[in-house]
Amino acid sequence: MDALEIARWQFGITTVYHFLMVPLTIGLGLVVAVLQTVWHRTGQEEYRRMTKFWGKLFLINFIMGVATGIVQEFQFGMAWSEYSRFVGDVFGAPLAMEALLAFFVESTFLGLWIFGWDRLPKRIHLACIWIASLASIFSAYFILVANSWMQHPVGTEMVNGRAVMTDAWAVFTNNTALVTFPHTIFGAFAVAGGFLLGISWYHLYKRRQGGIDTVDAAGNVIIGESATLGRNRDKVDYQVWIKSLRIGATIAMVAFMGVALSGHAQAQLMIEQQPMKMAAAEAACHDGTGFSLLSVGDLRSGGATTCDDVVGVFEIPGLLSFLANNNFTTEVKGVNTLVPEYQAKYGTHLPDDPMYGDRAGSEINYLPVMEVTYWGFRLMITLGGLSAVAAAVALWLTRKGTVPHSKWISRLALFGMLAPFGANSAGWIFTEMGRQPFVVAPNPSFEGIDQVFMYTAAAVSPGVSAGEMLFSLISLTSIYAFLLVVEVVLLTRYIRGGIGSAMPELHDHPDDDQKDTDVLSFAY
Amino acid sequence: MEFLPTLWFILIAVLWGGYLFLEGFDLGVGMLMKTFAKNEKQRRVLLNTVGPVWDGNEVWLITAGAATFAAFPYWYASLFSALYIPLTLVLIALIFRAVAFEYRGKAQTSATRNAWDWAIALGSFTAAFGVGAMLALSTTGLPLNANGDRVGGPFAWFTGYAVLGGLGVVAFCLLQALAFLGLKTDGEIRHRAGKLLGRWIPVGLAPLAAWAIAVALLNHSTAAIAPLAVAVAALLFAWIHARKNHEGRAFIAMGIFLLAGVGAIFVAAYPNVLPSTIDPAYNLTVFNASSSPYTLRLMSVVAAIGLPLVLAYQSWTYWVFRKRIIEAHIPDAHAVTPIV
Ligand code: HDD
Ligand code: HEM
Ligand code: HEM
Repeated sequence: MDALEIARWQFGITTVYHFLMVPLTIGLGLVVAVLQTVWHRTGQEEYRRMTKFWGKLFLINFIMGVATGIVQEFQFGMAWSEYSRFVGDVFGAPLAMEALLAFFVESTFLGLWIFGWDRLPKRIHLACIWIASLASIFSAYFILVANSWMQHPVGTEMVNGRAVMTDAWAVFTNNTALVTFPHTIFGAFAVAGGFLLGISWYHLYKRRQGGIDTVDAAGNVIIGESATLGRNRDKVDYQVWIKSLRIGATIAMVAFMGVALSGHAQAQLMIEQQPMKMAAAEAACHDGTGFSLLSVGDLRSGGATTCDDVVGVFEIPGLLSFLANNNFTTEVKGVNTLVPEYQAKYGTHLPDDPMYGDRAGSEINYLPVMEVTYWGFRLMITLGGLSAVAAAVALWLTRKGTVPHSKWISRLALFGMLAPFGANSAGWIFTEMGRQPFVVAPNPSFEGIDQVFMYTAAAVSPGVSAGEMLFSLISLTSIYAFLLVVEVVLLTRYIRGGIGSAMPELHDHPDDDQKDTDVLSFAY
Repeated sequence: MEFLPTLWFILIAVLWGGYLFLEGFDLGVGMLMKTFAKNEKQRRVLLNTVGPVWDGNEVWLITAGAATFAAFPYWYASLFSALYIPLTLVLIALIFRAVAFEYRGKAQTSATRNAWDWAIALGSFTAAFGVGAMLALSTTGLPLNANGDRVGGPFAWFTGYAVLGGLGVVAFCLLQALAFLGLKTDGEIRHRAGKLLGRWIPVGLAPLAAWAIAVALLNHSTAAIAPLAVAVAALLFAWIHARKNHEGRAFIAMGIFLLAGVGAIFVAAYPNVLPSTIDPAYNLTVFNASSSPYTLRLMSVVAAIGLPLVLAYQSWTYWVFRKRIIEAHIPDAHAVTPIV
């Protein structure tokens, strides 16, 4: 592997990893804000406990998002210095705004929320979680503007071989960003919904297994209380889980509708802006209208520049056309039509420029790795769809107040919880790898801008050796693997601890809420 | 002198100054976790003095990096890629430090807690040293070719200036942390922190001062004399007051020392943002490394709105958490008992 390939692996691994934490932060943050609001409005005990419990899990996850985010911020300069020089004028702006306008707000107000339980007036304390949560959504907007500009550069012209911003409004209202933003945010809520659903299901199941909750002849729940576990398994505890479950399932279903609608809008733009990505997503060698359910054959993208022997086994006629054009008959261009078009427009060989290193003058392969784009696209949709179905089934199964006493279905709940994470990773891997061989994909539709593009091969830092990159790849990847285990172990422990893990006072002072007020309520 | 690039040079200096001022004490407190704190309760007192603010402080680093990207892409690209290995170590340090802050209290055994404490201490040390070395190199130069890429191998950055800058920031952080603990705690910790501070100020601030003087000499800068004088005066002032146990004044004076020192360094380096030690013709300067006027104007508007807001709500946070923290405030550790 040369420096370029290592740098790409590293970027892929670190961003996908970062994006395991991100959607949970975005989704759960807003959920906690809403729960705390309901608690303040109604004063109901179960909402207080829900705020504390989900808030605790939110924080365990949040910190990993922060820790991995810093790597992202530095990576562009460290591993992709040519890229940074080329795009900095346009791309740096949203990144700096993200830090200045969103990260500061997010981190400061979250600190106030964590440590301010007994220091701040109630309303101000509530405002803090709202502000922090909205700031994280705001941060998503900025970073997605940056990313969308790489997918579809606008508001820019070439000056002395680098992209220079000419129209900030165009950059910040890039239509690619405007559809990517809702898609990503809905994707985040799919994660949060599944998370609530899966964990609540588990606790309701354990209540049934422990004989605490039972059902009568008609299947309606009879809520019980544990004699030994005190307030950890009282009737309020039941309310916590059933309400969380229903809220989570609803969020998951609504989120899926949101992702599907916005994804549809994205596909329409993609066909105009990055037709090759769409063809690769479909493994479509030839023009056509059908959406492939299963294609077989040699996807052959490792080095091949044409595509012949992929055969669609099952296709839904017209669906691809609908996805792309809102009708059933417009043909969508296949790879074999597109490759010559790209070659005519952007050339057949990389320039003989030292910035391309060993690759200078070699033939350009315009075909992304089709195994990845094809299966990534399908995995995203399938995993997302299955978790939405799981949410609907969960709502139906719990209509009489509790979950069925079935181990098998509980496993499904776990799947419903993990699937949206997988869908998000698949979506990003598809989007980013489908853009190859470009790191900044050319914008085909604007006069004057269509020369603003950059090959990934030109983007890597020329001064950094493969050995250095390997050092960071290995060390970061192993640390990430280790920390993932730590995070999962901790989350599991807190999940298994139930409400008591977030509210030790339930253990320590079983009968009263009055604690020594001089003691910090929320301390490291 | 072109106005916008110069303005952004100043703003970047402000961001680095803000970072070192604020994160200075929380990095220092982190470093003190293993050596200064005597027992578990004291370690938790230390942690809780910075608990609500450390993440907000770290964003100053992120913002300094991102603002450099936006305003001086060539500076960002050359500096960060040239320092690939040390920055990787800084990132690893920051990852462990952040995670350890949140997770140490959740450890079940004292051995894991101890491991997280080491992560905080070593992470804080490495981050402080690395950032100091990076800034020192950016002001004294790296072997860069015409394209701005490092030549001479992965360790070409390892010079005396790197060590000086690293030590300077580490020592400053430790002292600033002692003053901060004097302000934020009471009892035994406060007492010991005050004594150490009074003893170590002159030694601890010396490397930073030496770095500032070196940059002034290297650039034959007379403009840096005034801020240098302010820094030296602040140092003396801080020392006198630290010995009288006026932690507040000592803390402020050290802050002024830092800001004046950073000011002197940046004034002396101007207009270079990253000199090349191979050929002065390859120097990255405020003019040849900056973004277009359009982008700089846009970013100026954003900074004019954003920075005052940040200062306002971060100050408010310090006000909210102004109370001193003592051992009696720390709740007993609770084990998370699985109920299922
Ligand atoms: C759609 C959302 C999204 C995407 C695509 C990214 N991030 Fe992120 N990032 C967030 C959404 C987010 C967040 C929700 O705001 C986080 C997650 C957890 C957190 O603390 O904030 C965050 C944290 C976070 C932090 C730490 C902030 C702090 O200390 O408070 C940094 C520096 C970055 N990110 C930088 C990046 C960069 C450079 C990315 C591009 C490669 C990136 N993120 C992708
Ligand atoms: C957090 C969500 C993201 C994920 C999961 C993600 C995923 C990926 C993956 C898998 C790659 C490797 C592609 C390949 O090597 O073929 C990649 C590359 C890249 N992405 Fe992203 N990406 C994300 C967000 C972003 C954002 C927001 C930006 C810019 C602001 C960005 C910029 C890049 C760059 C510069 C590369 C390197 C060039 C390349 O190899 O394609 N990514 N990303
Ligand atoms: C019917 C369902 C869906 C459709 C039609 C759809 C469509 C798309 C399309 C076309 C893209 C590529 C955009 C581009 O590269 O320009 C994309 C990306 C993505 N999808 Fe989906 N998607 C669906 C479901 C989901 C689900 C359920 C999730 C996660 C829970 C998800 C998460 C993502 C993510 C994270 C990306 C990458 C970021 C982006 O470009 O927005 N998608 N999706």
